Amino acid sequence: MSEIIYNTIFYIFVALVIGSAVIVAFSRNIVHSAFALLVTFFGVAGIYVFLGADFLAIAQVVIYVGGILVLILFAVMLTSKITDVKLSNPQTSPYIAGPLVFLIFVGLVWLIMTTPWQVKGTLDIGGISAIGEALLGRYLLAFEVSAVLLLGALLGATYLARKSQ
Amino acid sequence: MLKEYIEAIKTFSEQNIPFTIKGAPVELWYIVWIFIFGGVVLGGAMLFAGLASFAERRFAGFFQCRLGPNRVGPEGFFQFIADGIKLVLKEDLIPAAADKMLFRAAPYVVFIGTLGVFAALPFSKSLGITNLNLGLLYIFAISSLVIVGIIMAGWGSGNKWSLLGGMRSAAQIISYEIPIGVVFLTMIMITSTMNMQEIVNQQGGGLVNWLVFRYPPFTLFAFLIYFIAAMAEVNRTPFDLPEAESELVGGFHTEYSGMRFAFFFMAEYANMFVVSAIATVLFLGGWQSPLPFFILNIFGDYSILAIIEGFGWFITKVLFLVFLMMWLRWTLPRYRVDQLMAVCWKVLLPLSFANLLLIGIWMIL
Repeated sequence: MSEIIYNTIFYIFVALVIGSAVIVAFSRNIVHSAFALLVTFFGVAGIYVFLGADFLAIAQVVIYVGGILVLILFAVMLTSKITDVKLSNPQTSPYIAGPLVFLIFVGLVWLIMTTPWQVKGTLDIGGISAIGEALLGRYLLAFEVSAVLLLGALLGATYLARKSQ
Repeated sequence: MLKEYIEAIKTFSEQNIPFTIKGAPVELWYIVWIFIFGGVVLGGAMLFAGLASFAERRFAGFFQCRLGPNRVGPEGFFQFIADGIKLVLKEDLIPAAADKMLFRAAPYVVFIGTLGVFAALPFSKSLGITNLNLGLLYIFAISSLVIVGIIMAGWGSGNKWSLLGGMRSAAQIISYEIPIGVVFLTMIMITSTMNMQEIVNQQGGGLVNWLVFRYPPFTLFAFLIYFIAAMAEVNRTPFDLPEAESELVGGFHTEYSGMRFAFFFMAEYANMFVVSAIATVLFLGGWQSPLPFFILNIFGDYSILAIIEGFGWFITKVLFLVFLMMWLRWTLPRYRVDQLMAVCWKVLLPLSFANLLLIGIWMIL
């Protein structure tokens, strides 16, 4: 019984993610795509909770919903012709894109099927101190590199945005 | 963690609920409890919103030397019930230019973002819907839904003023979230936990142990930074530019009427409660008594009476902060947009970082 309930909830999340992702991809209206992305992000966070990765789930919501999604919406609304937004995702050259996407899909499925996944059960990250020690210890290089990357993006944006002298 | 939580709920249900059937699947109880807690929180938030709207209008009357609503019931106390009935009975208008789906969905998104926070608030000693280890981070995450809902409302209305209000709100909230995040970081550094109950537990033993007095005067600065930024987060005057009525008619909720407007209205008041509750937990000792002991602890620290007293202290502190917000709203004029951004990026942000650094140095010394 409990297995059935777990599976039901899991498949509800999966359906949410895939359904909203389809809207993101196929909607003709870019604002609808952006708002459908909200549901996708929340669904992915729900799947993280199922994997026992609570911190990752909450970080997903903080970064993707609170930061990236709001910035996407903000950028869409700052575009000069807001009235054109109603039809802003035109379909171009579906005969080239279709086979390409199909190839990528087949490649990804092949990759998923052939990779020897390590199943460790639920992972227990522990408290925030464990995360902090991992970030500033074992994964320090990746942490610093991503920090430099963000700094570069920040400087680049400021350079592009300033008035040319 | 989900499984442990469900187990805890099952044990609790079997011990305390008379109609629990032994052997029923735990997840079923989990779902039942979600609905019970949800109902309690929704009812409480609506009642608070109603009472606060009445109190706000009466206070506004006093602050501005006029009467305020005083006709319905004793001193106008039943005004909020009359308003509620009026809003329920009003016609639900959807403008022809609106994006109907987004227009309908927006109030719910705002409401989810506000009510979701209640799930992690510690109302009293061992009284709370959940006791998340990452409570503070969860609150920070779930409240970002409010921004998305406001943008949704602003864009979905198909109205220039609504859109402008929604965009202002997005820019404002996303800016003021940064000082709030830094203040949260400061408090996490001091308490070395994100569990809301644990943060409150560390502030027991009277007024002097509250975190606002921990590293004087730096945590007091952190409290002030949080309070100012939180007022901007909930769009209250002097930061209510998203709904500045002299420029934008009504901002993002210009086109809303009836119950949909009521949803925004209640979300705003519930949001005031939420940010005040977070300030109470982080700085003012949560449900801890200002005295070194609970008055009603004759039956032990974990008796029902002590829990009720803790709840009383918590609500008292929260209501005081809510009153402070109302007081400021009817006293201060509104900022300009550029001033608003300058206050955030040039004053609050550097101050909060300096604060973080100084408290860190003090903690090492």
